[in-house]
Amino acid sequence: MERIPILKMGEFLLVTIQVDMHDRLAMALQEDLTDRIVSAHARGVLIDISSLDVVDSFIGRMLGHIAAMSRILDAETVVVGMRPAVAITLVELGLALPGIRTALNVEKGMDLLRRAQEQDFWEPGDSRHVPAQD
Amino acid sequence: MSLLKTETAAIQSDTDVVLVRQKVRAWAIELGFGLVDQTKIVTAASELARNVLIYGEGGTVRLEALNDGMRKGLRLTFEDHGPGISDLELAMKDGYSTGTGLGLGLSGAKRLSNEFNLRSAPGEGTQVMITRWK
Repeated sequence: MERIPILKMGEFLLVTIQVDMHDRLAMALQEDLTDRIVSAHARGVLIDISSLDVVDSFIGRMLGHIAAMSRILDAETVVVGMRPAVAITLVELGLALPGIRTALNVEKGMDLLRRAQEQDFWEPGDSRHVPAQD
Repeated sequence: MSLLKTETAAIQSDTDVVLVRQKVRAWAIELGFGLVDQTKIVTAASELARNVLIYGEGGTVRLEALNDGMRKGLRLTFEDHGPGISDLELAMKDGYSTGTGLGLGLSGAKRLSNEFNLRSAPGEGTQVMITRWK
């Protein structure tokens, strides 16, 4: 079966989805990515969806699963490059992608991942849930 | 109202769902739909085609290009001969699913369309008709 390629860039994984994915391909990507996070000791995953002209509830759910699973495996996920028409449609569909970090493009997404790493260095544990100090 | 053209396509596998998305996109472009309208109808079609496949055990979609004298429209009729839906009101609720999905297929497709019509009864399959006008 056809597979979506996963590239390794330092401690991050980069996935560029360039085809209109059928559901089995999306499921395969989810599995491949979790395997690669572990085998590559990845600290972050960047998913570029700028080529996707449709994100339906199935793809949206897959992105949510990838974000949740990578978080459990101590890696951050950032989804980048969503087209404006796709964003409008997703919200109207009822899917606001809670729990998924997004950035406008690959460059900004990489910045976000790097910053998350630096924060983790100073604040061990999940940097997004650091308890408020009084 | 005049029918400009019509075509019926089978939905028997997840690659058929991709083909339905591509066909609906091509028709929406041909009718002169803007990018957001294209994305909305293609996304709605993707949700309903997947429903036909997963819950209806496969079926068909009929595409109709319409002209009501004032504007052009695209009507899609999804039909399956699966188990049907016993509680239509419940099936239309956001977040309700008898499967493993997010429960946004029917309600989301309705929000993404200008006209929505659902007919189903236990043992008699399901027919969903949506129309988007330009």
